[in-house]
Amino acid sequence: MSHGTVWKYGDNVNTDVIFPGRYTYQIMTPEEMAKHAMEDLDPAFAKGVKPGDIVLAGKNFGCGSSREQAASSLKAAGVQAIVARSFARIYFRNAINLGLAVLQSDEAVDALETGDPVDLDLARGEIRSAKGTFRFLPLPPSVLGLIEAGGLIEYTRKKLEREQE
Amino acid sequence: MGKTLTEKVLGRKAGRDVQAGEVVSVSPDYVLSHDNSAAIIKEFLKLGVKKVKAPEKIVIVLDHIVPAADEKYAQNHKSIREFVAAQGIPNFFDINAGICHQVLPEQGFALPGLVIVGSDSHTPSYGALGAFATGIGRTETACTWATDEIWLRVPETMRIDLRGRFRRGVFAKDLSLKLIGDHGAEMANYKAVEFAGPAAGDLSVGSRLTLANMSAEMGAKNGYFAPDEKALKWLEGRARRPFSAVASDPDASYESVLAYDLDALEPQVACPHTVDNVKPVSAVAGKPVNQVLIGTCTNGRLDDLEAAAAIFRGRKVHPAVRVLVIPASWQVYREALASGALAALVEAGCVILNSGCGPCLGAHEGLMAAGEVCLSTSNRNFQGRMGHRDSEIYLASPATAASTAVTGRITDPREFS
Repeated sequence: MSHGTVWKYGDNVNTDVIFPGRYTYQIMTPEEMAKHAMEDLDPAFAKGVKPGDIVLAGKNFGCGSSREQAASSLKAAGVQAIVARSFARIYFRNAINLGLAVLQSDEAVDALETGDPVDLDLARGEIRSAKGTFRFLPLPPSVLGLIEAGGLIEYTRKKLEREQE
Repeated sequence: MGKTLTEKVLGRKAGRDVQAGEVVSVSPDYVLSHDNSAAIIKEFLKLGVKKVKAPEKIVIVLDHIVPAADEKYAQNHKSIREFVAAQGIPNFFDINAGICHQVLPEQGFALPGLVIVGSDSHTPSYGALGAFATGIGRTETACTWATDEIWLRVPETMRIDLRGRFRRGVFAKDLSLKLIGDHGAEMANYKAVEFAGPAAGDLSVGSRLTLANMSAEMGAKNGYFAPDEKALKWLEGRARRPFSAVASDPDASYESVLAYDLDALEPQVACPHTVDNVKPVSAVAGKPVNQVLIGTCTNGRLDDLEAAAAIFRGRKVHPAVRVLVIPASWQVYREALASGALAALVEAGCVILNSGCGPCLGAHEGLMAAGEVCLSTSNRNFQGRMGHRDSEIYLASPATAASTAVTGRITDPREFS
């Protein structure tokens, strides 16, 4: 369970505006990446975002490039989850592989606005707010396991360790 | 019930009968990465294993910032070369090869029936030759290097039946933009796209590569053509290994079917800042531009340079326009030298750059200042992608690009051809 504030955006938020190409092939620390999160979409985001906040968006969030920083920069900035009507497929995989929750709920996207305080309960599949409680399909156990392990790298590292024993 | 090409290819890999919706774990035939290999190596080193599991399956092509634009990029390239040598990775292409999505088909990696994953969103390009090819992220690529295994959901398939013939001045790029404009940038999200119908077989391998490449902009997991005689002939002398081609059964199950008549199509332009903001060229003709880019994995092949050269012959680039031309690979570069296309482009006043991604992704070589406008043959026009966030990108075919370069304003190529 986590508490945070909503940042709401529209449809087709692409990976170039989440994390611009001019930084994509520079190797950065998570803190450096966080400073550029959403740079070309909302310059106020990186300055204002706090740990536990959630990003709300319309259709096809994360379309475009396969660049993983579009997910890792948001995670590094403290974003707890992205709630959208739908996700682009590479973004969806990347986010899960990095341990960032990606959730689908039309009702939450319809009702909530930027600045609304919310509580997120991943295990129960609920977003609670003064405007109501919104349910999303709980993530399947395998995906939840990946997120709980801290992402695919940790998950794979442990798996490879077990195989070597 | 019959199977789609995707179901057959993934089923053969998984060793069982599969259908759309199932999740399979497969050992891919090739794993592609490019300049982002530097970041992938960093992730790989966190996994606690010393060696990649199948070095012969890894293909690394330096193409995004080639040659290195500054010392940070130079360091990335250096770390990749060192890793390639230490791991004994045989399939490495340095800064004198070209864009990965042109190099892999040309060099015979992209083959019918293969499973290819790549840490680049335009990996679906290889479906032009009947492969199952899809984009993945860096973390997943690092883990695939270590495990030689990846999970994939078998996608549902959308079939697009093509009939008729492109009219003068109309190309595969126009068709791809029309499709995305009509149905939106998520028209095929999570799905496979099969290009079929009587006209599919008439399309050149170059046109097929353009369409499979642009399936990424439809949100598709993979996009493909059935490998026919034309594809197999193109692969003669290129294929690196034996392969067994498969195609969809006549009674395969499709989630949806669209039909397009090529005769009815006119040149299209995607306007800022989304690929699905598409209009016929007549609706945006006259818009002044500062820069024109002809190249990229979408439209940097010999056919494309020839189409541009045909318009530039006997004409000059407009004095207010900068034209950047990037042959998609060194092989294309040499072919365009031999055919005379490059000479025509240089005579007209175009700037020829080294084969690679160039300014398409916004890292170097011809970025734009605030307020500038580029008409590009690339695949994305997102805000800020090619420079300042207040610059604009229009997407079109190489013929529309060359016509625009000559007049300095977005121009219907049918005025010149």
